[in-house]
Amino acid sequence: MDVRPPAEVSRRGSSAHASTPTAGDSTALPLEIPAIELRDARVRIGARPPRTVWSGVDLTVRAGEFVAVLGSNGSGKSTLLKAILGLVETAPGAVGVLGGPAGGANREIGYLPQRHGFGSTLPVRGMDLVRLGLDGSNWGVPLGVSAGARRRARERVREVIDLVGASAYAERPFGELSGGEQQRILIAQALVRRPRILMLDEPLDSLDLPNQAAVTALVQRICRTENVAVLLVAHDVNPLLAYLDQVIYLAGGRALQGAVEDVITGPKLSELYGVEIEVLRTRDGRLVVVGQPEAPHVHGHRHDG
Amino acid sequence: MANPTLSWNLAHDVHELLAYQFMVNALQAGTIVAVMAGVVGWYMVLRRQSFAGHTIAVMSFPGAAGAALAGLPGAFGYYLACGIAALAIGREGGEGHSGRSRESAAIGAVQVAGLALGFLFLSLYSGVLEQLETLLFGTFLGIDRNQVLTLLLVALVVLAALALAGRPLLLASLDPEVARARGVPVRALDVGFLLILGLVVAATSQITGALLVFALLVAPPAAAQALTPRPGPSLVLSVVFALLVMWLGLGISYFSIYPLGFFVTSFGFGVFLLAKLVALARARSTQSERGMDGAPEPVAAP
Repeated sequence: MDVRPPAEVSRRGSSAHASTPTAGDSTALPLEIPAIELRDARVRIGARPPRTVWSGVDLTVRAGEFVAVLGSNGSGKSTLLKAILGLVETAPGAVGVLGGPAGGANREIGYLPQRHGFGSTLPVRGMDLVRLGLDGSNWGVPLGVSAGARRRARERVREVIDLVGASAYAERPFGELSGGEQQRILIAQALVRRPRILMLDEPLDSLDLPNQAAVTALVQRICRTENVAVLLVAHDVNPLLAYLDQVIYLAGGRALQGAVEDVITGPKLSELYGVEIEVLRTRDGRLVVVGQPEAPHVHGHRHDG
Repeated sequence: MANPTLSWNLAHDVHELLAYQFMVNALQAGTIVAVMAGVVGWYMVLRRQSFAGHTIAVMSFPGAAGAALAGLPGAFGYYLACGIAALAIGREGGEGHSGRSRESAAIGAVQVAGLALGFLFLSLYSGVLEQLETLLFGTFLGIDRNQVLTLLLVALVVLAALALAGRPLLLASLDPEVARARGVPVRALDVGFLLILGLVVAATSQITGALLVFALLVAPPAAAQALTPRPGPSLVLSVVFALLVMWLGLGISYFSIYPLGFFVTSFGFGVFLLAKLVALARARSTQSERGMDGAPEPVAAP
């Protein structure tokens, strides 16, 4: 893969957070180096026998792009995020992240894993979780940190909590918050280090429709204003339709990337799944995929938030 | 030793307490143990590893019995058995739900094996294991300088390790997946923490006894976490509660005919109960405050 050192462009000025020196001096990539690039990538998991999750995957996500990752359960959506983080093995050079190998720039990635029942009993405040996003992976005691640096860290936490609109409840125990409130806190945690890539695994899961819309709008706003590349895993494309730049559709061990209207079509999905698929468009513009081998995931109402 | 009597003059009582070297040793050992238990117990409760901690505590029974059988010092048996148990549990642990349930099963197996070995060692020893009651319920008599120094050494190692790994351990405890994505060695921290827990349990059970370690390891941190959701103050409170329980227990049991374990456990439970009551009362009052506004929180239009 084409690996070049990132050019010195001060995209965000010198707003370095003091306790995290490596994240402060962020530099923008030249346009031709995408934030995420997969070339003929393949992931195999398990040992006896290894199962190929997907192969021959080519993807490109650039800074400031909002991309949804869609597909059935078990199609490898979460695995894609883990491959980008370098948490599952891929061939050398198959996955490029910010111009380097997968796993090499994880401090530049804000990651919100998919979690079931996460945090219902967490005895810490929302803002403590956000703060751990900032300096939780630092070793040692922060004794040498100056008062100014500590104040800047506190300010950064406040700022990002404001950004996601969670100020009203950031000081309450995390376990007492509603699903939508918890999701905002966790997005703030993923954002607090000013990442250049934001990867959210099913952040809309278990949210009601108004909260799905609000969280999606929030993610799109961050994507645009902070010029962050966003990968959002979802099982329903409809709450995202108005906001997306592109979709990545995973099925049958392969992936398709493109604009929604180019990818989510009968012929494309039929080819991907290998069975006859029909895509219907309702009068209000919602997409309904009919004939998937599994239960329909692209369309679904969920009111359990 | 003159028969100690509790007077209403606190200064006099404390003065009497400190007149004996064995009591000074006990207070120093108790203080060291309480600080360690307050800090490590705080992480243990946060990580919901109380069952693992309890099992490691039970291991001091085969440890002490085995040491007696082999003619080794009891403390050696404690540390060895607790360390082995910690490693055995840590080996089976792993990621996510399946790791948790595997760990839970492994803990149960380790506990059973430990008890069986303990009884075997005890019957093989055939003599009377004098310290059996001490082993189970603890003592503060006859703690010598060497024991105090050993405890201090253990405490320094444990606290230094936690100072170094405190924040990554907190992140890994609360949010292992994010921690792993950020390059925190979650698995190594899991095993490392169990080893630290083993050290602390072995040290603590020499004073509180194997069955009552929990008074110090669970009650103070659980009380602290019920009182505040702020990690820093909660950790400090946990240590303060543990010290309070230990000092009160030592002070009163000196003047009493009842064993130390009884007082430490009762005070531990008392602190926990009080904290829960305060938390409950607080939840009630905030609920009624919010209830004044009536409606549930407004939802933005789609």
